[in-house]
Amino acid sequence: MSVSSVFPQLEQLLPRVSKPIQYVGGELGAVVKDWDATTVRWALMYPDAYEVGLPNQGVQILYEVLNEQEDVLAERTYSVWPDLEALMKENGVPQFTVDAHRPVKAFDVFGLSFATELGYTNMLSALDLAGIPLNSADRDESHPIVLAGGHASFNPEPIADFIDAAVLGDGEEAVLEITGIIRDWKAEGCPGGRDELLLRLARTESIYVPRFYDVDYLPDGRIQRVVPNRPDVPFRVAKRTTMDLDAWPYPKKPLVPLAETVHERYAVEIFRGCTRGCRFCQAGMITRPVRERSITTVGQMVQQGLEFSGFSEVGLLSLSSADHSEIGDMCSGLAEQYADTNVSLSLPSTRVDAFNIDLAQELSRNGRRTGLTFAPEGGSERIRKVINKMVTKEDLIRTVVTAYSNGWRQVKLYFMCGLPTETDEDVLEIAHMAHEVIRAGREAAGTKDIRCTVSIGGFVPKPHTPFQWASMERPEVIDARLKLLKQEINSDRSLGRAIGFRYHDGEPSLIEGLLSRGDRRVGQVIRRVWEKGGRFDGWSEHFSYSRWVEACDEVLPGFGVDLDWFTTREREELEVLPWDHLDSGLDKDWLWQDWQDSMSEFEQDDCRWTPCFDCGVCPAMDTEIQIGPTGKKLLPLTPVTRVPA
Amino acid sequence: MQRIRLRYAKRGPLRFTSHRDFARAFERALRRAAVPIAYSQGFTPHPKISYASAAPTGVGSEAEYLEIGLQAAADPEQLRVALDAALSPGLDILEAVIAPEGGGSLADRIDASRWRLELPEVEPVTAKEAVAAFLDAPEVLVERMTKQGRRTFDARAAVNNCAVTGEADLPSGAVGVPCAIIDLVVRQVTPAVRPDDVLSGLRVVAGLEPPVPPRVTRLAQGTLTAQGEIVDPLDADRGDVGIGGR
Repeated sequence: MSVSSVFPQLEQLLPRVSKPIQYVGGELGAVVKDWDATTVRWALMYPDAYEVGLPNQGVQILYEVLNEQEDVLAERTYSVWPDLEALMKENGVPQFTVDAHRPVKAFDVFGLSFATELGYTNMLSALDLAGIPLNSADRDESHPIVLAGGHASFNPEPIADFIDAAVLGDGEEAVLEITGIIRDWKAEGCPGGRDELLLRLARTESIYVPRFYDVDYLPDGRIQRVVPNRPDVPFRVAKRTTMDLDAWPYPKKPLVPLAETVHERYAVEIFRGCTRGCRFCQAGMITRPVRERSITTVGQMVQQGLEFSGFSEVGLLSLSSADHSEIGDMCSGLAEQYADTNVSLSLPSTRVDAFNIDLAQELSRNGRRTGLTFAPEGGSERIRKVINKMVTKEDLIRTVVTAYSNGWRQVKLYFMCGLPTETDEDVLEIAHMAHEVIRAGREAAGTKDIRCTVSIGGFVPKPHTPFQWASMERPEVIDARLKLLKQEINSDRSLGRAIGFRYHDGEPSLIEGLLSRGDRRVGQVIRRVWEKGGRFDGWSEHFSYSRWVEACDEVLPGFGVDLDWFTTREREELEVLPWDHLDSGLDKDWLWQDWQDSMSEFEQDDCRWTPCFDCGVCPAMDTEIQIGPTGKKLLPLTPVTRVPA
Repeated sequence: MQRIRLRYAKRGPLRFTSHRDFARAFERALRRAAVPIAYSQGFTPHPKISYASAAPTGVGSEAEYLEIGLQAAADPEQLRVALDAALSPGLDILEAVIAPEGGGSLADRIDASRWRLELPEVEPVTAKEAVAAFLDAPEVLVERMTKQGRRTFDARAAVNNCAVTGEADLPSGAVGVPCAIIDLVVRQVTPAVRPDDVLSGLRVVAGLEPPVPPRVTRLAQGTLTAQGEIVDPLDADRGDVGIGGR
């Protein structure tokens, strides 16, 4: 049965909403297929506004991987802003894909990528607009399988009631395997209905189907156990790891939007995984081991990506890009190739050392200089040992001064506030560091005309990290600390004027903390918040702390717990954590030991350069570190020049 | 430096492209098509592109114009084909001509536009009455939000011609639903009078409230002749002077 476009109805609403182009599709790289010529159909969603969701690498990669299959159709959908949501409800227009404007409800799979937990309320809006029951238990064969992925899916318990399944880890191969299971099940005439399909997914042992697991609680509110409620599903569900990134050189045809989006660049992931071991960093923990893409593949991807898209910016992305074993050759090769063009190359890196500046110098050879960012993350040497960010104050000052003396006039410094064991003094050290940076920088640059921006993020303890047991600081403590820091920065007027200060309030972080480490009971809070109008919680102009607190007060006392219990409470070693049955490969004993090491300010090396320290991932997942150098150079070596049309 | 003038269209769903959106897409298309575009001097060089007045977001157009400067001479038709292929379908490059030296600017050749307004679910006879009332009024004050805030101005004086020309088939192909078509010629004045201002005017003078949003398309831009025709601004560059209005 064919599915028709809702565009004629939508078109009537578009003149009445802001930035209608975001709902129209028509991007370069977009694929529209004949519905009836395909057997398995995916609607992929990034549950935030188009301008944030379109550049998302994960969705773009899966979109392309799926559409390369002849009998598979993948389309995209994003959160609609409240102005259009109201009009859609009023006029009966359902949640639609931007590619062919088909109703999401008609697809086989509705896959959502959660980079952050703050997208949960947007998922409920999308389900509601799509006409799909919010609760998994209320769905039948006419509804898509609602599938969660992305980093937040390493603890999908807070949304366990709303999703049918979750995939942990890399998606490239997972989407193809799921497609195969659905294809076979449909070819057999959908035996056993929806339950049978979910069972087949669960039997892969790497797709989590929450309905097949029961959670029991202790009288004090802690979890007693999470166990399968049927014999044929695994006790633990393992994450996916895509090995050999050279075999998966996506995106080949990046989506190029007509609307303005947060990133307009060709982004290539130069490696996946990170073993620096920063204890707050969930991404670094759950994406192990390190798997590098080779210099030659990166070179080809950049060339093809730019030719296809017409972008003038390239981002060499990863969790710590300067750590690629061939980063030097990669940067000089690309700089050479694009020296006579207006292409700007950038390398986000969290490293704090002079090598970073060498690379940035290299990349800016054609005069397109991008910003320099350093991430010491902690203000004092003590707190940096707690979080395992191994950099001394002297290193940092020396590095930043080198940047100023090499012509940079502005650098950015990233820190966190609310870290375990943090005191006011640790945070005030940020001001002293910034003062010294400006003082030394003025001397080195020989001018007063230099600036630095201090950017502060709120710490949120995340599952599958050594800080998964940590207590969060109260928002009022965070806000008071940030106020003190601001005063300290401006205590010297001359230096203070050269320092920009950006920060986030403590309240959204606390709610992110609730959602990150929550269990199934938090699902009802999410639903209450959404019913009270909660949308776009990642946007400060839409986020309402009081709405979340009210919902917690309404829902959680019934379970004998509260917001503080989930956030500011430190967990004990033997407590069953809501995600213990979900296997990221990290050994829980190793995580606990690293948490203890953290408390005694003991640092952990990086297994890229030092022997294995038994975090557990490689043996558990049957994976290994894949790093170079390959000894190869960037190909092709011919510089790009402009040829007449 | 060779200068090339292009006429392009904004069609179908892509009529919701704003001018800024189009400008970004066009710059990417220049890179995709490897057009030898000239750049301005300075610390951050910009490609040499100048736009004639752009149709509002949401309004389709068959007659948008821009001019580009090239580092090296190019064949206009090859350039047109390459750029058209590099843009999404719906943003279509229709024509390219070489701008002769000293031939005056594009902007000097544009002082009016012809628009087609489709009003689904509006009876032509109702539209005719409203248009007649509008044309009879010496002045029709309408309001619009501008960057300077809410402004009130006359929408009547700039209108050179406004006529109900017939009835169209609805895009959805629905049978039995009327759709009035208005042919509108408006001179460029300050503040600009746009088709939606004329629609506001029809509401002010005759209470005409289309039940669904009207669909507007710019059919032509150029110099308004005494006969009320619009001369395509590329005619002079093409050498074959004629009366346009396609």
